[in-house]
Amino acid sequence: MGWTSVDLFEYQARDLFESYGVPVLPGVVADTPEEVRAAAEKLGGTVVVKAQVKTGGRGKAGGVKVVKTPDEAFEAGTAILGLDIKGHTVHRVMVASGARIAQEFYFSILLDRANRSYLSLSSVEGGVEIEELAVTRPEALARIEIDPIAGIDTAKAEEIARAARFPDDLLPKIAPVIERLWAVYRDEDATLVEVNPLVLTEDGEIIALDGKVTLDENAGFRHPNHEALVEAGDVDPLEAKAKESDLNYVKLDGQVGIIGNGAGLVMSTLDVVSYAGEKHGGVRPANFLDIGGGASAEVMAAGLDVILGDDQVKSVFVNVFGGITACDAVANGIVGALEKLGDTASKPLVVRLDGNNVEEGRRILAEAAHPLVTVVDTMDEAADRAAELAHAAN
Amino acid sequence: MSILLDENSIIIVQGLTGSEGTKHAGRMLSSGSRVVGGVNPRKAGTEVEIAGTSLPIFGSVAEAMEATGANVSVIFVPPAFAKGAVVEAIDAGIELAVVITEGIPVKDSAEFWAHAKSTGNRTRLIGPNCPGVISPGKSNAGIIPATITDAGPIGLVSKSGTLTYQMMFELRDIGISTAIGIGGDPIIGTTHIDALAAFEADPETKAIVMIGEIGGDAEERAADYIKAHVTKPVVAYVAGFTAPEGKTMGHAGAIVSGGSGTAQGKKEALEAAGVRVGKTPTETANLMRELVASL
Repeated sequence: MGWTSVDLFEYQARDLFESYGVPVLPGVVADTPEEVRAAAEKLGGTVVVKAQVKTGGRGKAGGVKVVKTPDEAFEAGTAILGLDIKGHTVHRVMVASGARIAQEFYFSILLDRANRSYLSLSSVEGGVEIEELAVTRPEALARIEIDPIAGIDTAKAEEIARAARFPDDLLPKIAPVIERLWAVYRDEDATLVEVNPLVLTEDGEIIALDGKVTLDENAGFRHPNHEALVEAGDVDPLEAKAKESDLNYVKLDGQVGIIGNGAGLVMSTLDVVSYAGEKHGGVRPANFLDIGGGASAEVMAAGLDVILGDDQVKSVFVNVFGGITACDAVANGIVGALEKLGDTASKPLVVRLDGNNVEEGRRILAEAAHPLVTVVDTMDEAADRAAELAHAAN
Repeated sequence: MSILLDENSIIIVQGLTGSEGTKHAGRMLSSGSRVVGGVNPRKAGTEVEIAGTSLPIFGSVAEAMEATGANVSVIFVPPAFAKGAVVEAIDAGIELAVVITEGIPVKDSAEFWAHAKSTGNRTRLIGPNCPGVISPGKSNAGIIPATITDAGPIGLVSKSGTLTYQMMFELRDIGISTAIGIGGDPIIGTTHIDALAAFEADPETKAIVMIGEIGGDAEERAADYIKAHVTKPVVAYVAGFTAPEGKTMGHAGAIVSGGSGTAQGKKEALEAAGVRVGKTPTETANLMRELVASL
């Protein structure tokens, strides 16, 4: 299985920041226009209604509105809830107090894969698209390496603030915020903590106005509270079902269901099926499903069950290379799964097995002679056959 | 020769008494690898019988090295304790530590790497979340099946385990000098570039297959390295051309990687460095076959 991380919504990042003493503005989440009105009444004065979506560019898409009264807030909520922003439907907004902004900065801590370390990025030119700034004015973005063990102490925080050319008189206020953001990164097992903008208000306060946090799912075992944060996201029903069976499944929109072992091989299988689909009416993979090392009948049945529950699926390609997994176990898994599923299994299965105990695996499938199963010798030929069958049934 | 691992490698297993450790130590022994013991402080002084061999359990990596002359450790310790195990291997100064464990928090990997670096990088780390290293016919440190292919002139480096097996299988008519699964985690001890450098220096390796995947910019950096430093022919495969945009590292992540992390971007970077890139594993193997025939 591959390594995965999860992005938090802005309101979750805000709450996390608050619990670490990072200064944030009051904010209330709302799922209906009525709740937006109530939140605006509660906060009072000018408020900002912000779409909660895990993508950038929501301002340009009309997902952020500044309003002066609860009635205006209701209207803004009506306009924003249900909005589609780059394929993400807005189900929730955050209503936040308005800030009187004097200056906007940028600050982040993230994984630096190339240097196998952490990096902080900071700039006095915040509030803009940071990728754009990195390209147009790279000199405005200060990059300071963070030693994963030493982390950010006061001296390091001041070094970062100076490198970013934050105003000298603000150092006593900005450095502690940077240290607390590091505490969020370290103690929550984050792989990204980003504040954009980090603002200086007209009253001289430093506030994290918008935040983004990405958490490492591998560290979930030492953060029981993370599960609730992850589950707040909107998940495809098939993905939710797969998750119940501990399957690594991603729903796609094609017609060929895919089951394989190992993230790399499954990704490769998606590619090979897409290429084959070009010759068969443009059919494409319907999903990514990695059953990992142990392909028992139970795992195979759970996987087939999820895939066959996808109405878009017209054929299924089971692609297994038996490294540690033995092909006979996989074959028994397939036969057992089909028995278990009975009449609910109604779509053709193309199976390609290679590697450990392949002869025995193929023999088991030949003996079972299930009418839905076709065994094909190579990966490319099997992909072609699965695409052909999906096209014929489409 | 081969890289990292040969018939003189003496292997210990950290986590030998766990189910994965026991299973794979048995496989390593059956393939002729010199596995000489395990480490488990709670079971120090005992012995376990694996694949007809009686293996002593030591209290620490240092003790195991002292008693057996081991120079390689394969680590199967569970995620919550893996960092401690790796740090112990580094502090004992073992030459090679292969971290098989899947699911180690990235922070822990970043910290053990920082520790390795601050102590002078005496230990070569491979992984985590990797299948290990095999020099067919000589030694096998990890979980790569020893029966896929025999020894030959091709060096193989890959992020993915099953794609490593698939490619070894595709190239079984030619054979492999060493195959290294470097693992797909964001922070890994041995990179594509490290493996390319080792293969370039190995007289037994005549050509190199590199397998990459979407995400990060390791392949792009490898392409730059190949252009500047690798004289041996390299063929590559990149998985994930048709993968949907996955979970990204956020805006800032894209800046650091300096690229989009897409398969297409990686393919173009590799081709610009003179590397032939196959569309599928089979096509990639065929490119290598043509290349080897012309050597």
